[in-house]
Formats: sequence, C-alpha cells, structure tokens
Amino acid sequence: MDPLSDTSTSPTADETPALASDTLREGIVDKLRAALGDQLLDVKLVPGTDLWARVATEAWRDTGLALRDQGFHYFCFLSAIDWLPSPYGRGEDDPTAPAPERSTEIVHGYTGGETRFQVFARVTDIERHIGVTVKADVPDVAAGESPVIESWVTNYAGANWHERECHEMFGITFAGHPDLRNMYLPTDFEGYPLRKDFPLLARLVKPWPGIVDVEPLPGEGDESTDAAADGEGASA
Amino acid sequence: MTDLIDRQKLSYIAAQAADARLNVELETEGMTLNIGPQHPATHGTLRIIVRLDGEQVVWADPSAGYMHRGYEKLTEVRTFPQVTTLINRIDWLGSFANEVPFILAAEQLMDIEAPPRAQWIRTILFELSRIANVSLFLGDLGVQLGAITPVFMAFRDREYVLNLIEGATGGRFHPNFDRIGGLKDDLPKGWIDETRQVMKKLRNFCDEIENLLFGNKIFQDRTRGIGVIPPAVAQQYGLSGANLRASGVDWDLRRDQKIALAYDKVDFKVWTHPDGDSFARCWIRLQETREATKIVDQLLDGIPSGPVMAKVPRIIKVPEGEAWVSTENPLGEMGYYVVSQGDLGPFRVKIRTASFNNISIVPWVLRGVYVPDVITILASLYFILGDIDK
Repeated sequence: MDPLSDTSTSPTADETPALASDTLREGIVDKLRAALGDQLLDVKLVPGTDLWARVATEAWRDTGLALRDQGFHYFCFLSAIDWLPSPYGRGEDDPTAPAPERSTEIVHGYTGGETRFQVFARVTDIERHIGVTVKADVPDVAAGESPVIESWVTNYAGANWHERECHEMFGITFAGHPDLRNMYLPTDFEGYPLRKDFPLLARLVKPWPGIVDVEPLPGEGDESTDAAADGEGASA
Repeated sequence: MTDLIDRQKLSYIAAQAADARLNVELETEGMTLNIGPQHPATHGTLRIIVRLDGEQVVWADPSAGYMHRGYEKLTEVRTFPQVTTLINRIDWLGSFANEVPFILAAEQLMDIEAPPRAQWIRTILFELSRIANVSLFLGDLGVQLGAITPVFMAFRDREYVLNLIEGATGGRFHPNFDRIGGLKDDLPKGWIDETRQVMKKLRNFCDEIENLLFGNKIFQDRTRGIGVIPPAVAQQYGLSGANLRASGVDWDLRRDQKIALAYDKVDFKVWTHPDGDSFARCWIRLQETREATKIVDQLLDGIPSGPVMAKVPRIIKVPEGEAWVSTENPLGEMGYYVVSQGDLGPFRVKIRTASFNNISIVPWVLRGVYVPDVITILASLYFILGDIDK
C-alpha cells in the first residue's frame, strides 16, 4: 500500500497554509525513510493535521535518535496502548446475569499493528511547529512474562518517568532503563491496571449507571418491602 | 534482560562509590531528608527524598502517587460527554482549561467545529482559568519565601475571577461547561461589563505583586541564578509553558498551533526570558497573567453573535480514529491522545499533563543546590499534584 495514499482525501486548493505544512510532513517522512529504510513500516498522514508512523520493534531506539537529529528536540510523552478488547466491556453488565459473549479480535488503530501491545511516543520540532507520533509493536510473550522493548532514555532524558509509568501500568519492560520503580502504586501491587484484562473492581461490584442504582420510590415499591416497613413502624 | 541487570548493578556501584568519596573527601556523613508529603511547598502531597551533604543536595528523588486517581482507566468506562467531569479535576485550579483539549480532540474525530461564538467564549474562559490559576501562584510564591501578604492579595483577587467563572458556568472550581460541539449555555446578562471591571482589578494586582515582590531584594537574591535550566535540557525533559519560555525557548501553543480557538483573532505577546532561573520562571508567569487580561479584553470587544452549540447528534458516537490535541494550559502543554473505536466511549485516552514533565526534571535540577533553594525551585517550577498523579 502506498503510505501517503491519504493525501488524496481532503486538501482543498484554497488552504495554502495546510498545503505548505503537508510538504513539511512529507519531508519528515522522507527523512525518516532515509534513516530507517525498511524499518519504517507504515505512515499515516492527515494533511494539515497530524502525522503518524509505525516502525519495527528493533528500530525503536534508532527512531528516537533519527527524530532528534531531524530537529525534534522537544519530548512530549511516551505511553502504550493495549489493543485487546476489554473482556468487561464498559462495565455496564448486570452482575447477576451470566457474562455476555464478547469479541476478542484485536482491531488496531492508525498505521496498523501485529501485536497486543504498542508503545507510542510524541515528539515536537519547536522551530518548525510540527509534531509526530511514532508507534512500535511490543512482541507478544507468554502469560506471566513481561514484554520487552528498548528504552528511549538515551534519546530523551524526559522519557525516564514516562517509561516508569508505562512499566507499572502495562507491565512493559524497557531494556536499558536505569530505574523501573513504580511511580504511583505500592511496590507490592499485583497486576497492571491499564491492561484491558485488569478489571475495574468498582464497576464489577456495582455497575454504573446500572439497573441496580434505580431503587423504587417510597410507595411504589413491591408489596413485601412495604409490608416490612409497616411492620417496623408498628413495632417501634 | 541481562543488559538491564548489568546496568542496575553498575548504577548501584557508582552510587556506593560516590557516597564513599563524599565521606572521604569532605569528611561529612550523607544525610537523607524527607521533604513532604505534607509540606507547604508541595502543593498537595508530593514527597521528595533528598540526600544531603551538609547543606547541599547530592541526590533528589520526587515520589509521586499520593493522589493517583486512575483517570486513564476510568475514561474507558465513561461515554465521551461524561469524561469532562473527570478531567476537570486534573489541574483543579484551572479546571475549564482541562476540558478544552479533550473536547477539541473529540470534535476533530467527529469532524465538527464549534460555532464562532462558542470558540470565543471558550477562549475567554480558558484565559480566565489561567488568570485564576497563576494569580494564586503569584501569591503563593511569597509564602514560600516567607512573605505572607501576597497570598492574601492573591486569594482576594482570584475570588473575583472565580465569581466570573461561576457566573458563566455555575461552578467555581469544576465548571463542566464544555460540550462536544459548543458550550452548555450562553453568557449571562451583564457578564461582559463585569469581566472588564475585573480585568482592571487583576492588572492592578499584577502591578502590586510586581512592586511588592519582584522588586524585593530578598526575593531577587533568593531566586536569581538559582535552579538554572538550559534550553536544551528543558526540551529534552519536555518542560512546557512558562518553565520552557523562561529558558529562552519561544514556544507557545496559543500562537504556534492551528487550533479551533480564537487566539488568532487577538494580538498578544509571548514573553520569554533568557536566564532560565527561578526568577525568570516567576517573572514570565507575572507577565503572562497581565497578557491574559489583555487577551480577555480584546476578546470581549470582538465577541461575535450567534449560537453557542453546533448541530450534534443526541447520542454522541465518535467515529474510529486517533487524535492528539494539546493546548497551552496554565501549567504548560496539556494534551489528550484519544483513541476511538466508534463506540460511545473512548477506547484509550492518554493524558499528557504539564506538571508530570515539569517535575520529572527535579532530580536533575536539584543536584548541587542548597536546602532552602529546594523550596524556591519547586515553587518556581509550579506544579499541582492532581496534574502529576492524574
């Protein structure tokens, strides 16, 4: 597939600034391709809006370096996405009914993907007023093992805390990171909260906004509760 | 994995060696000091563990997480309109500003745009949040240095701004006023005139603070040349907002980004300072508050008429896609990376907060400073705990 095929969709002739920034973004793609070659797997370009690129797992650290050399000195953020559809849906199931069947098919977003976890980061070029989001697949591992990808700390010092956060939330190990301690959670916390298969217990116990929230108003409840209330009143 | 373990071992050995050298060369014993979690300079509950050599910090480690509320997880079980209630509470001093980038990201995915009047009112409320937020910083700054008066002035004048926000939105702290496609309501009668009066008061407040605090010899001695952050380091750590501009980097998302707010309709100056020290960071914030009052004045003069809500479906479903929108919030760049799979709620929301990056530089910048300066540097970096912990 032609990576730049999206350019044909929306640009209109009267939007000169948007077109100008598009050549800018295409230039960035060209330079990235020159630096990474086949390792640049897919590109998504929305003219005048944003640019996404997916690179091979092995090239993750080199991508950061290539971007920094292009002038993307400003580190915005780094995080991960768990593409597995949540087995709990949006937490609106009736806890008394049997759990509904849900699809476990993984649907990736822009620039596609092959694995369950993806890391993504955004860096900005302050001189050219432009930002780019890069993604990389994190290879799947057996249950109980931690997926591994290279760390960006050597490229951007600010990635340190973001990778710590990502490690505790998704259980992804960043090889080469000096100190992957927990940021927010207690050291002995078990599980990785932002993984889709980590249940949000508050919702499982009492779904919201759920059927169980709706209680009958006084006087319109069923017979048995009214009778019980009356009985209480009489005894008191 | 072996690589990682070797590195950990090496860094441990290096730390031990540094400690040993410290003891031999200076004949002092290292001491570990806990600043916080309950300390006035921590704006909430941030704990900073510092290792001292005499009065000098050799190593500092901020420990966040006392206020982690898991908003990224919670957004996954909310519908799009429900999310604004949560993200209001990230930076609680400038709540309205938190809502705007998320709503803009959702609008970008749905390919709708708010009507011009809504965009202008959004921008006005955005700048009012900035004024309310930063005026408190200017007062609080005095407290960190032992001056009590400015904070009373700040609370007095911030109240005027909060009254305005309450008048327009119904909430002092958590407006929850922004909607996908526009705003909940139009401005109330008489609000515009009142806002003009308050902006005058706020400009007076800025002048007062400048005379009272920024010209003060003690203030200058304690902030000039302290906690210098060079521009290259600031960018590497992703510092944003006033912290970045104080290092001489001319970058302001209000000016440098095409976004559906009314900033391109007004004339304002982006202040930078070449020094990169604590004084520069405080000074930039003072100038920005003053600049924000001028932005509000200009916007009030030219506010267009028309509806405040675009046509949106009653049940909001956001089409599949990914969007990143960030704005120049009071604390710096705040953005949301929204992934939608065509459902009622987002599939994943990555919240990029300004304070998280601004505080990640603390271990770097505190190395080698003296204990009293720790407080001024933290104060000048200006963070809000909810903004770090999310």
